[in-house]
Amino acid sequence: MVEFMQQMVNGLSLGAIYALIALGYTMVYGIILLINFAHGDIMMVGAYVGFFSITMLGSNVFVALLFAMLACAALGVLIEKIAYRPLRNSTRIAALITAIGASLFLEYVTIFFLTPEQRVFPAEAFPMHQYQIMGLYISNKDIFIIVLAVVLMVLLQYIVKRTRAGKAMRAVSLDQEAAVLMGISVDKTISFTFALGSALAAAAGVLIGIYYGTINPLMGIIPGLKAFVAAVLGGIGIIPGAMVGGFLMGILETMVSGYGSSMYRDAVAFGVLILILLIKPTGIFGRNESEKV
Amino acid sequence: MPSSKRQWLWLLINIVVLAGIFTLVQYMIATRMLNQYYQINLAAMAINIILSVSLNLINGFTGQLSLGHAGFMAVGAYVSAICTKNMDLPFIIAIIAGCLAAALAGFIIGVPTLRLRGDYLAIATLGFGEIIRVILQNIEELGGPAGIVGISRLTTWPYLFGAIVFTIIIIQNLINSSFGRAIISVREDEVAAEMMGIHTTWYKVLAFMIGAGLAGLAGALFAHYFYIIKPETFNFLKSFDILVMVVLGGLGSTTGAVLAAIFITVLTAYLQAFPAVRMIIYALILVLVMIYRPQGMLGNKELTRKTFGRFWGGSA
Amino acid sequence: MQVKRCLTVLVLVLFAMGIVAGCGTNNTNQQGTPAPQGTEILVGLNCELSGGVASYGTNAANGAKLAFEEINAKGGVLGKQIKVLERDSQSKTDEAMNVSADLVSKGVVAQIGPLVSGAVAACTPVMNENKVPLIAPAATAPGATVDEKTGQTFPYIFRACFLDSDQGVRMAEFAYDTLGLKTAAIYGSTSDDYAKGLAKYFKEAFEAKGGKIVANEGYVTGDKDFKATLTKIKATQPAFIYVPGYYQEVSILIKQARELGITAPMGGGDGWDSPDMVTVAGAAALNDTYFTNHYSVQDPKPAIANFVKAYETKYSKTPDSFAALGYDSAYLLVEAIKSADSADPVKVAEALAKTKDFPGITGTMTFNEKHNPVKSIVVIEFKDGKLVSH
Repeated sequence: MVEFMQQMVNGLSLGAIYALIALGYTMVYGIILLINFAHGDIMMVGAYVGFFSITMLGSNVFVALLFAMLACAALGVLIEKIAYRPLRNSTRIAALITAIGASLFLEYVTIFFLTPEQRVFPAEAFPMHQYQIMGLYISNKDIFIIVLAVVLMVLLQYIVKRTRAGKAMRAVSLDQEAAVLMGISVDKTISFTFALGSALAAAAGVLIGIYYGTINPLMGIIPGLKAFVAAVLGGIGIIPGAMVGGFLMGILETMVSGYGSSMYRDAVAFGVLILILLIKPTGIFGRNESEKV
Repeated sequence: MPSSKRQWLWLLINIVVLAGIFTLVQYMIATRMLNQYYQINLAAMAINIILSVSLNLINGFTGQLSLGHAGFMAVGAYVSAICTKNMDLPFIIAIIAGCLAAALAGFIIGVPTLRLRGDYLAIATLGFGEIIRVILQNIEELGGPAGIVGISRLTTWPYLFGAIVFTIIIIQNLINSSFGRAIISVREDEVAAEMMGIHTTWYKVLAFMIGAGLAGLAGALFAHYFYIIKPETFNFLKSFDILVMVVLGGLGSTTGAVLAAIFITVLTAYLQAFPAVRMIIYALILVLVMIYRPQGMLGNKELTRKTFGRFWGGSA
Repeated sequence: MQVKRCLTVLVLVLFAMGIVAGCGTNNTNQQGTPAPQGTEILVGLNCELSGGVASYGTNAANGAKLAFEEINAKGGVLGKQIKVLERDSQSKTDEAMNVSADLVSKGVVAQIGPLVSGAVAACTPVMNENKVPLIAPAATAPGATVDEKTGQTFPYIFRACFLDSDQGVRMAEFAYDTLGLKTAAIYGSTSDDYAKGLAKYFKEAFEAKGGKIVANEGYVTGDKDFKATLTKIKATQPAFIYVPGYYQEVSILIKQARELGITAPMGGGDGWDSPDMVTVAGAAALNDTYFTNHYSVQDPKPAIANFVKAYETKYSKTPDSFAALGYDSAYLLVEAIKSADSADPVKVAEALAKTKDFPGITGTMTFNEKHNPVKSIVVIEFKDGKLVSH
């Protein structure tokens, strides 16, 4: 039982990271129906910004988080402006290929300038404390990462449901043309969405740096893909869905490694994706809707 | 079939030119005018042509974005390598087995996933491609992560040349048949195609199977040229490489896919010392082509005699 | 009509191929001249400078280049300077083979690299066909120098390092005999044959001694979260945990193991050799961990100390095992050229095979009939962040 509880803790902290990345995916998909392949790489850039602000500016973790979120918000808006906006009216396949291009671009420009070697996140930035509760090993990092994920999600839900900008986002996602007629600036709203989603990805990047200790230019690929699966699992376009999906993915992977075989963990993630897509493509929280013609 | 004298003449000229090129390269290899380095690049080029032309059938003509092409290549490579290495079967049988196995894999993966649309399909095929790799990595009998070492080098220029000719003839004839019109209609408007009584899923799966089978062909040739295959070679970055060729050449243009494959192979060879630069160029190709020329270099046009006729100002 | 059209397409395609191939031939005629006679000896470096294992290739290439610079500064070999042709195999097997063919066509006397056993296997046929020797600095897979089908040694393939089997056995002995531990868990990388080989030989040797393997798990390259499997291993209460793999993952793995309250000693192979181990895992977590290695940076022997100093001055970082092995490979080659008194690849290969008591940084080497150097393995312990050899 202790072992099972320990696995739950492991799964929750892994899931918190997936959830944070999945939130960004879900928001962007919700508004322009695009899988932003570059999302995982924006997370990587965020991790590097956090790394440099800690090592070179000597800032603390919270300042580093802030810097990373601001820098990546700007980066997200820029990518949308340059790469995605010109394609808003072309085919989905074209937009998706562009997204793959943007992803490769971020990865290899980073490699070009910062070498492919991993960087070590300074351990002093976040002193670790270990707690032992009834045989369970929990660190302050686990708690920090889970709490931060939940706080950011609640904040996001508040923005989307309660603010004017959030209302505009929902309107654009529901019907772009009608939103224009209501006097909503679609461009501005989409930029805002990218800024928000990318800032969350940056937060996830810094958290990965703190939690695991190393970062590298290709770190965004696999968590990015898994987070996408999480977003689909929860119902893409739905904020609480991404959160639940992320935590579920984390727990599922942990259980597969813990009680099955660690070798098949990654295959299980993609297997879940395909099952979900076939059985209930709208995800756990999604409403069933037939595709509009 | 050719109907007039003039068309017969062109067919004859084509065959003569083809035979001439084949003989020329064969002669250059036999006399070692082409040294090993250029021979390897020639083989890589031929394999890339088959890969990009076959992926173009799925992505370009049928309009289904597949990101798992390297997975099918892996199936072809492994099955054919086992045939020659462990079962001592003739190479040609191994090639056929590799093709069929890859086509079968295409069928198994295609049936459930091709009901998905657009971006979901892309992710699902990406996932399946990776699952194939993970499975190969975990089968000890297939060498696990180290892969299969010591495959005989059986791929020679005649095989490569024959495979290109075979692939292009198959694809071109398919495209210009009722099957081709059906899959293009799926690309243009799936719902409308369904309305017209086209069994869209069936056509998509069929196109997917043929594309996968040809990728298996490329895999078999690859395995028997480069001596060694391992799961890591066939990861999703390999699929992206192939995608870059198709996008650059034009989604829906066979000649475009061929030219892009040649261009990318040469580019890779020249940028050997700067791999990060190569990937940045790939990325820029994807983004810029999609923004400024979403139809690719040639769009859905083919380079034919006529194009050249117009170019030279004469009437062909 | 259709047949004709597709044939037209084909003709154009093959024209293009012909043109490209044609250009190729022209180039060959210019570049493919045999090695310049007289002033220079060409040596090829075929290393992984980019891609997944870029750091190994880069460090080995750095070590080899340092050695050649020293040799050139002392007047070269046979009165000639050595010119290094450096190429990148991008951590891909097919590229490695491509690079080999390129280097051979440029007329190199020998090739150093690649680092990874699989890439060496891809180069082997090219080297054997063209009769040019290859020195693999770190290919530790047993099959790298021997044809598995016939059991014959490849005449042109050599290595400067010990084998996976030796390393696994050495650690099993160390854990069972020296530390006196009777149960062990294995949690290694399954993404490469190197770690799998180590795991296999460790298991065999440990069980042969009467020890018990209580868990056998794996991870893949790039993994960052090991807690689930570690929790599972913890429940089996092993006295020792063997973690064959590379430092990128192992450092995080050890840190997480200690965070989960696993106090058992842990061990691994030369893939652990990196300064990142201490910075990532922390000195405290690394206490009571051991790994087998080619040499110790802190060895006070003058040859080693001089090498470490020269390397640090030139590249401003500590030389790891790959750097030392690259350096040794270069000197091995130069010794062979000297004793063959010729820069003819075939003669150099013959001389290499006869190498005896060669004093390298990573130990004294004598090639056996399988072109494997017989040399010692050091076991290194992390003690409060410092490396202590046993």
